[in-house]
Amino acid sequence: MAGPILEIERLRIALPAHGDREFAVDEVSLTIHAGHTLCVVGESGSGKSVLAMTVMGLLGRGLTPLAGRIRLGDSILLEEGRRLRESQWRALRGVQMGMVFQEPTTALNPVLSCGEQVDELLRAHTGWGRKERQSRVLETFSQVLLPNPDRIYQTYPHQLSGGQRQRVVIAMAMILKPALLICDEPTTALDVTTQAEILRLIARLQADEGSAVLFITHDMGVVAEIAHEVLVMHEGRSVEQGKAASVLGEPREAYTRMLLASIPSMVPPPPRARPGGTQAPILRALGVSKTYGERGWRQRHGAKAALSEASLAVWPGETVGVVGESGSGKSTLARCLIRLIEPSAGAIHWGETAVEGLSEARLRPLRSKVQIVFQDPNRSLNPRYPVGKSLIEGAINFGANAQDAHALALELMDRVRLPRVALGRYPHQFSGGQRQRLAIARALACRPEVLIADEAVSALDVSIQAQILDLLRELQDELGVALLFITHDLRVAAQLCDRVVVMEAGKIIEEGPTGELFRNPQRDYTRRLLAAAPSLDRLRESAHVGLLETDPAAPLFLGDSSPCAS
Amino acid sequence: MKNLSRLWSNTAVRIGLSVFVLLIGLGTCAPWLGTVDPAAMDSSFISVAPGVAGEMTLPDGTEKQHTFWMGSDNFGRDIWSRVLYGTRVSLAVGMTTALLALSTGALLGLLAGYFRLVDALLMRLMDGLMAIPPVLLAIALVAALGARFGTVVLAIAVPEIPRVTRLVRALVLTLREEPFVEAARALATPPALILWRHILPNALAPLIVQGTFVAASAVLTEAILSFLGLGLPADIPTWGNIMAEGRIQFTQHPSNVLFPALFLVPAILAINLLGDGLRDELDPKFSKRT
Amino acid sequence: MIAFLFKRLLATIPVLLVVVVVVFLILRLTPGDPAAVIGGDNASSDDIARIREQLGLAKPLVTQFAIWIGKVAEGDLGYSYFMNKPVWELIAQRIEPTLSLTVATLILAVVTALPLGTLAAWKMGGWLDRAVMAFSVTGFSVPVFVVGYVLIYVFALELNWLPVQGYVRIAHGFWPWLRQLILPCLALALIYVALLARVTRAAVSEALAEDFVRTARAKGISEAQVLFHHALTNAAVPIITVAGISAAQLIGGVVVTETVFSIPGLGQLTVDAVLSRDFPIIQGVVLLFSGVYVALNLLVDLSYVVLDPRIRY
Repeated sequence: MAGPILEIERLRIALPAHGDREFAVDEVSLTIHAGHTLCVVGESGSGKSVLAMTVMGLLGRGLTPLAGRIRLGDSILLEEGRRLRESQWRALRGVQMGMVFQEPTTALNPVLSCGEQVDELLRAHTGWGRKERQSRVLETFSQVLLPNPDRIYQTYPHQLSGGQRQRVVIAMAMILKPALLICDEPTTALDVTTQAEILRLIARLQADEGSAVLFITHDMGVVAEIAHEVLVMHEGRSVEQGKAASVLGEPREAYTRMLLASIPSMVPPPPRARPGGTQAPILRALGVSKTYGERGWRQRHGAKAALSEASLAVWPGETVGVVGESGSGKSTLARCLIRLIEPSAGAIHWGETAVEGLSEARLRPLRSKVQIVFQDPNRSLNPRYPVGKSLIEGAINFGANAQDAHALALELMDRVRLPRVALGRYPHQFSGGQRQRLAIARALACRPEVLIADEAVSALDVSIQAQILDLLRELQDELGVALLFITHDLRVAAQLCDRVVVMEAGKIIEEGPTGELFRNPQRDYTRRLLAAAPSLDRLRESAHVGLLETDPAAPLFLGDSSPCAS
Repeated sequence: MKNLSRLWSNTAVRIGLSVFVLLIGLGTCAPWLGTVDPAAMDSSFISVAPGVAGEMTLPDGTEKQHTFWMGSDNFGRDIWSRVLYGTRVSLAVGMTTALLALSTGALLGLLAGYFRLVDALLMRLMDGLMAIPPVLLAIALVAALGARFGTVVLAIAVPEIPRVTRLVRALVLTLREEPFVEAARALATPPALILWRHILPNALAPLIVQGTFVAASAVLTEAILSFLGLGLPADIPTWGNIMAEGRIQFTQHPSNVLFPALFLVPAILAINLLGDGLRDELDPKFSKRT
Repeated sequence: MIAFLFKRLLATIPVLLVVVVVVFLILRLTPGDPAAVIGGDNASSDDIARIREQLGLAKPLVTQFAIWIGKVAEGDLGYSYFMNKPVWELIAQRIEPTLSLTVATLILAVVTALPLGTLAAWKMGGWLDRAVMAFSVTGFSVPVFVVGYVLIYVFALELNWLPVQGYVRIAHGFWPWLRQLILPCLALALIYVALLARVTRAAVSEALAEDFVRTARAKGISEAQVLFHHALTNAAVPIITVAGISAAQLIGGVVVTETVFSIPGLGQLTVDAVLSRDFPIIQGVVLLFSGVYVALNLLVDLSYVVLDPRIRY
């Protein structure tokens, strides 16, 4: 085998003076050969993105390479703090190495057409004429499985879906067949089915061109699916690295084991006894629809049905999961159920009372029954209020006096495992996970019968996520509160929920007890969803990950159907 | 407390606030800084050059040894005294206008942002008002209402109100969508409390920044109005008035126009700098970038 | 796209309506009897009654408004109280100087501010950036007339390079026309350049912080391409928006500049009219300027269609 494509030796990058640690990256080394994929896995703040940006020469201000060497093929990019001249970097970018970023929605210039943006790269690096450039671009567009390459050439980024935009970015990165492809969490912002397609695409391109791939991710499941080699990073340091089979199958370090353990399994646990089985449901939606349309004198086809005839029920004490991809309407359903928005049609019952048509003033006394925890921990608490005040807001609204409210606040802090003294602090003094605990405490202060968690753990690191899920389970056992859990992550739903409801394009297409649904999905879409979720289970079941070593062209997922239009 | 010291560490805030406080100090201490009654005329000292000293005859008949630090105008009035006393008036107009525009605009903006019905009607009115160039609107209002302190303040404030309303409305609209506001709704907090407790405190910072810009603009507009002869009556000393009077003799005695400018420009500059500095410190977008 | 254009056009109507009502009402705000004000101190009650009849001030307010609107729609802006000419004619006479001044200022401002702001954003934190920021904050803190007088003092009185004041019609020669315009243009442009440079810097630096600029750099294209082809094109919308809105300040500045430099344009006309309480002229000029401002901002809105494909599709 020829020499490695990318070689990083003892790289050290300093953080600006008042950071929370000294080095963004501390003595990290790695090697990638042609045709191999190395996954750098770690949680947020581990330094994995900084690593990728250093190789591209796109480090932000304040980050200084202090020591170490980076070699790309025959060129030395960085050595002991000395770096290439900017013009030399530019000659390499796009030609010897390409990069795919995380957020497809913002990765492309909104005012230039897709074809123009890729063409720009060719103009910068080659002397080809117009016709040849155009045919090359169209050819690459078909290679990345974009439908109608001619049309895509002319369209603007905002007219494409997230998956399609990511394909354009991949086309841009791969068009000159670079030896190294760097992917920085390219699928994190995509739906799980789209994620599967993009991963498959990258694997195929790698197989065709023989490129080396440096793949950054936080998801061990993804690592299990695609990696040849793995590097686990934590706080800038390399914790463990080696062949994927050994790191994932026989992890030596506690941190690696912790990361692996935090990924929920796709195999649901045995169902627990249904609490309060024969009682009436405490939360019900009957044929709820929500249409956002163009109000006014022109009713175009722009009227969108975000939710269509959705019906579900939640019984006391149970956990119901609502799963679906973006645009499935699950958040809209949650908002209708808690009456933050008004449904266009259908009925919503809180216990016995029909609430779909009630005015805000009539709703308010009833609101203690149903509470919600939102996705973004950063903006769920009023930044100008000490958290203690935010916690008891609900209780005060429902008539508690100051003393009782304060006692309640203390009790809640204990329940969510936060120190009592923290009541006087402000939200920005807490971490994301802690803020989510506070949000849960605030919701519980009203003693609700149902707690709706709208993607409540999606924005958290996996280890924190596991802690919050444990907390929710515990609270449910102690307080008997029912849980409606909205998520796009099937693995979480598998572990947490008694029943699962599957949504697609505003409709509920399937529901059932978790175990049955996962073992025996009835609908095609459900099957695809289950198949696409990147999981460690195959790894956990089998002794080694031989799949990747054998036939790179073989499909990565069982029972796949490959939709072309994403 | 930590917040205040962080604000003070910003250079623009430091300079702006210091100069502003200095000017207020000068205006307040005017009687003790070598001045005479700003309306006092002495025909033996008409249009003298800066630095000339002599025995000045005051309106009550007494004589006083006085130095005309900034010279005198063509009525024999001491420019230095007029400029210092003018500081009081000019700054008072600026501050009062800013307060009036801010409070009215904030109230209207809060209502427009939270209640859709109010929004539709109010914003049409605001758009219309903004379509009339502010100086022209102020001029027209002064022409109609007459030139007293109250009416001039009103005339300068009215064109500023739509901009503040727009700003507050935009803030309310964005804040309304924030998770913590939605959470407050889910917790059964009534709208008035939501506005007061959750929206207003988080809108305060940009509002204060805008307030400084309004104040600076008010001082500027008052000067322009006075300069054109359309502001406060000529006998009340304001920087603009003094410059308007000095205008006729500009080619021979440029100091009558340039000395008041020495106070006017730093005043406006200081307030603008203060606003700039506050915005850099308080706006999360900017702090993210540095 | 058509819907967007149509909606924008429709939106200007209520705005113009408010303008017209406000302008109409301002006259009526005057305390006391406008007819008496016009008649002056020596008018007899018969004279006042006659004036009132003449100007239709006795009719109900709404009728007066309807009559006035009707006339305005036909182009009749009324008759000056004191100058004995139709307002429209007075405006037509004075429009050339004002137009020359504003157009020249606009061109100067755009040509200066855009490159300055872009370069400042590119090297943010550097000396050029700080200089541009200092310059811009000074620019809109100094009143136009102060700048005007300082310029006159330095360049006309002391150095004697340029004329002190006045205006020469372009028909009388290009170079004299230009020479007269230099100082007033500089004075007026300062504030506009300051505002534009500021917003350009802010918009371009925001664009440079966007993800797609990172993608562009990852393609290995030149910095110049990144700056102009990617950052500036995306900054165009906020820049042109502020340019349109700031035109209001430009109009205010015109009034002052014409006074300082004794240019016989619309600005001076306005000032004279206000001093003499000649309301038809005041109304006419304010209407004209507001109309131009609204039209300008409509053009800005329409330009979005060209600049931002997200609006087109």
